[in-house]
Amino acid sequence: MANFFSDNKDLQFHLQHPAMRKIVELKERNFREKDTYDYAPHDFDDAMDSYRRVLEIAGEVCGDVIAPNAEGVDKEGPKVVNDHVQYASGTVENLKAVVDAGLGGMTLPRKYNGLNFPLICFVMANEMVARADAGFENIWGLQDCAETLNEFASEELKEKFLPLVSEGATCAMDLTEPDAGSDLGAVMLKATWSEEKQTWLLNGVKRFITNGDGDISLVLARTEEGTTDARGLSMLVYDKRDGGVKVRRIENKMGIKGSPTCELVFTNAPAYLVGDRKMGLIKYVMSLMNAARLGIGAQSVGTCEAAYREALKYAHERQQFGKPIIQFAAVSEMLSNMKAKLQGARALLYETARFVEIYKQYTHISHERPLEGDERKEMKFYTRLADGFTPLVKLFSSEYANQLAYDAIQIHGGSGFMKDYPCERLYRDARIMNIYEGTSQLQVVAAINAVTKGTFLEQIGRYAEADYVEAVQPVVEKLKSLTEQFREMVDYVEANDKEVAGFKEFHARRLVETAGHIIITYILCRQAGECEDYINSARVFCKLAVGKIAEAHTYVMTSTTDDVALFKAVEQEC
Amino acid sequence: MKKELKIVVLAKQVPDTRNVGKDAMTPEGTVNRAALPAIFNPEDLNALEMALSLKDRVEGAEVRVLTMGPQRAADVIRDAMFRGADGGYLLSGREFAGSDTLATSYALSCALRKIEPDIIIAGRQAIDGDTAQVGPQVAEKLSLPQITYAEEITEIKEDTLVIRRRLSGGVELVECPLKSVITVNASAPACRPRNAKRVMKFKYALATSERAAAPESVAAQRAAEKEYLQIVEFAAADVNPDPEQLGLKGSPTKVKKIENVVFQAKEAKRLTASDEDINSLMVELIASHTLG
Repeated sequence: MANFFSDNKDLQFHLQHPAMRKIVELKERNFREKDTYDYAPHDFDDAMDSYRRVLEIAGEVCGDVIAPNAEGVDKEGPKVVNDHVQYASGTVENLKAVVDAGLGGMTLPRKYNGLNFPLICFVMANEMVARADAGFENIWGLQDCAETLNEFASEELKEKFLPLVSEGATCAMDLTEPDAGSDLGAVMLKATWSEEKQTWLLNGVKRFITNGDGDISLVLARTEEGTTDARGLSMLVYDKRDGGVKVRRIENKMGIKGSPTCELVFTNAPAYLVGDRKMGLIKYVMSLMNAARLGIGAQSVGTCEAAYREALKYAHERQQFGKPIIQFAAVSEMLSNMKAKLQGARALLYETARFVEIYKQYTHISHERPLEGDERKEMKFYTRLADGFTPLVKLFSSEYANQLAYDAIQIHGGSGFMKDYPCERLYRDARIMNIYEGTSQLQVVAAINAVTKGTFLEQIGRYAEADYVEAVQPVVEKLKSLTEQFREMVDYVEANDKEVAGFKEFHARRLVETAGHIIITYILCRQAGECEDYINSARVFCKLAVGKIAEAHTYVMTSTTDDVALFKAVEQEC
Repeated sequence: MKKELKIVVLAKQVPDTRNVGKDAMTPEGTVNRAALPAIFNPEDLNALEMALSLKDRVEGAEVRVLTMGPQRAADVIRDAMFRGADGGYLLSGREFAGSDTLATSYALSCALRKIEPDIIIAGRQAIDGDTAQVGPQVAEKLSLPQITYAEEITEIKEDTLVIRRRLSGGVELVECPLKSVITVNASAPACRPRNAKRVMKFKYALATSERAAAPESVAAQRAAEKEYLQIVEFAAADVNPDPEQLGLKGSPTKVKKIENVVFQAKEAKRLTASDEDINSLMVELIASHTLG
């Protein structure tokens, strides 16, 4: 009888954000569908009421079905049977529950039987599913592949595929190959046009494909014979019912075991071209990856939530020296930091989701009519913020998921090392989150431009100008001096990078993390103005930020251009 | 299979007695309904699932929920609609207040005569009274066969159903006419979740008296426009009852005394199978008038 939405005040808080009014307006466009669809909202309050009710359903399915199944799914895992994936029995139950609950196609337009919900609601549902079972979140959350089809595919393809997703079809994005991981430009899977069959045919191998036997797959393939780089790659969509793809094996992973990671063999598998040829990696995968990174952000925050709750519960139950261990300073400090990181990561997640939401909606509107001057400006503004914040949220939340899972085991002591408590599964599940969909190192590469081109500093400036409640004024004062330190680091690194190339790259992570610490603290301060529960989290998070930034500042400011060579010396080792 | 089939599920809104706090009982020893959330009786949800799965298999079947209770019991009907039911009937009125199982089953049977369902499915028992009497009594009053402890409808034939019953020592398959009363056990499949689109479609469904209570509300205005948002409501007079058999008047059950029994470990006794121990237990039970 658990409900992962009703029991989570922090999540409910983010649904009430003032920006929702604008988001609902953009999404519902004057509530023009109210007379066409019996489930379309009539006004803002009606829409918000529907979001809340549906998230409650999602919360109930997570609490009552998916979470209780998580342990069994982790043990049983999926199997390959007759060249296809057979999910663990708990996964089958989970899928039935989410389909019965009608949670497919959450963000898709109603004309494709979608719920037409804002991205925020999808991210929330994603987060709850991940809290219940991070592995299942992959299978369910991959429905956001449909958004890439919705944005770039022809109307004909949309009408063919999107309603399937709304009815609960699962998706996969087939990008990685044995020799093309982080470097997707090296993808070799071949797509050739068959005049005879009037279709594209796929041939080759894909590897490490999450939910690789899903109903619908977006496949990155080489359509331009003789090319070897990103410019020869296109995006195609494959329908499992058409056949031609075999699952050769499922990887034996350390965590997220319920999510089948497949090696796929394509043999003349028919597929449809999505959008334009040669734009596969350059345009469509970038869009897909941004959505996927937000998805991993949600998965990570859900894992943080689960780890914090397990740790808190155990710290109350476990007695040593005649009292619950939560009453020992060492334990309560860990839990306070865990809570601040959890709420901080979530604050950053929804801030980012709002940026993404607004620019995505303008993109969709621009397909219907030309945008007006102000709208174009706003779209550009939010696109820039979303591009900077998306890698930031992936970086912070996935690292926090690992830190919280680690701390959760620490609080459980010896028992946490045993298979008896869920925290050991969380620890294994979390470990992939700062690796897949771009490692933390690659998120830094994606975010560093937002540091050096001023996106983060400008946004920090906007946060600084806002009004804050009295209780967090000391935090806001501190943030001003931290921002100065950040500015100093950026200037110093830029200056030295001009002298020795590679200096910026060497310090990139320190700079990106410093920006992140300041941004998260600001958002928590702003939340403190609306709900006093966040005052303590802002204070605690600020202490973490002060420590982390002091370390980064010292490291950067005492670093010289010689360090680039110093740390490259290891390349000569063998 | 294609067949017009009117399935009615009997459901009750009950206080959630599974998670009771310290103020769950009033000083008078009755259930403090204000302190406990009102929920869909759990086994009635199993019954609803059985009805809905029948509807899944029979094209042309429809599922409606009948509940007797105060105005807010319409929540149960809405909840059922969110999960797949086509609509419902609220049987409500002061005349029904204070009904025991006999008066309840009488009132329900009056409503069912009016509704004329093909199949009646109910939960085995409600968690507030735990009597398991209402379903069977309804069957008796309507002179219908009753299948109790049902777990699954394993087969649907032209005029009969094959049903698996859960018994203490195993399971039993029985075949019964379509027109029967089936009471469903908690071991039957759990009810499907509420469905997102159905929730959005039916959230403004209101019973007649709810609409009348707040005619200016958004919900009432919405419900006035769409027939599928109007939950049928029967007052006592609508179902032609004998007034003497309704509510308190029609309830022979009298509560003599309510006692709070708190079991404590120190009151436990360990007995063996020896004649001596059995003898002493019998003496004790006879002395306390538990036996004899």
